[in-house]
Amino acid sequence: MTVSIPEERRVKIESQLDIVSARQAVRELAARVGFQTSEITIIATAVSEIARNIVEYAQRGEIVVRIAREPRRRGIVVVAADQGPGIPDVARAMQDGFSTGNSLGLGLPGARRMMDEFSIVSAVGKGTTVTMKKWVV
Amino acid sequence: MHTPIVKQGKILIATLAPDPSDRELLELRERLADQVGLHRSRGVIVDVTALDVIDSYSVRMLRGLAHTTRLRGAETVIVGIQPEVAMAMVHLGVTLESISTGLDLEDGLDELDRLFGVRAR
Repeated sequence: MTVSIPEERRVKIESQLDIVSARQAVRELAARVGFQTSEITIIATAVSEIARNIVEYAQRGEIVVRIAREPRRRGIVVVAADQGPGIPDVARAMQDGFSTGNSLGLGLPGARRMMDEFSIVSAVGKGTTVTMKKWVV
Repeated sequence: MHTPIVKQGKILIATLAPDPSDRELLELRERLADQVGLHRSRGVIVDVTALDVIDSYSVRMLRGLAHTTRLRGAETVIVGIQPEVAMAMVHLGVTLESISTGLDLEDGLDELDRLFGVRAR
């Protein structure tokens, strides 16, 4: 009997304990698709930042991690979505040091620096979705 | 889950387990603040070897811990940041600013001695 590990994981983010689950899920899939240890740590750190944002600003959300296999490259895709308050000024939130909360204001720009592709869609009163991708070199 | 705190003369050594919860870190801060007073400690070493990720939140917690113990008269050295974790922290852009760091426990003890004249005995 063959058991295949799914190439997608969904982690509900409802408390800070789920941040660890999200990190573990992305670690496993990142290792599976062939990232090096240092890259895995970078990806897990980016996921940790985004998951922490959900906990602090939206209280709940969901992170979906999946392995992406394309003809010329493979990697990891992370989609973090919440129905929280949304970010009024995304451009400003993407600047280092900007923060409305207690944080260092690094979550979003930091995560963007750590990943190869990064996009964020947010609407006040509706929520925020962050999509990040990293490709195996 | 209680982070073990070991007393070595005037120094307290706290060794974090993997993936400490927010609550555990807050409790550790409180316990260290108490124990510094109880033992008149002059130095604290926090060993983060077991952490496979240090994000901006963790940095904030560690900074808070170091500042709290400093207000109580003890200096803190963070030791054991793993190579990949260090690289990720630089990538992320977090700094530990004025907080001292050391390679490991031995290095941390040397740091406390060198920077602050704090020795176990």
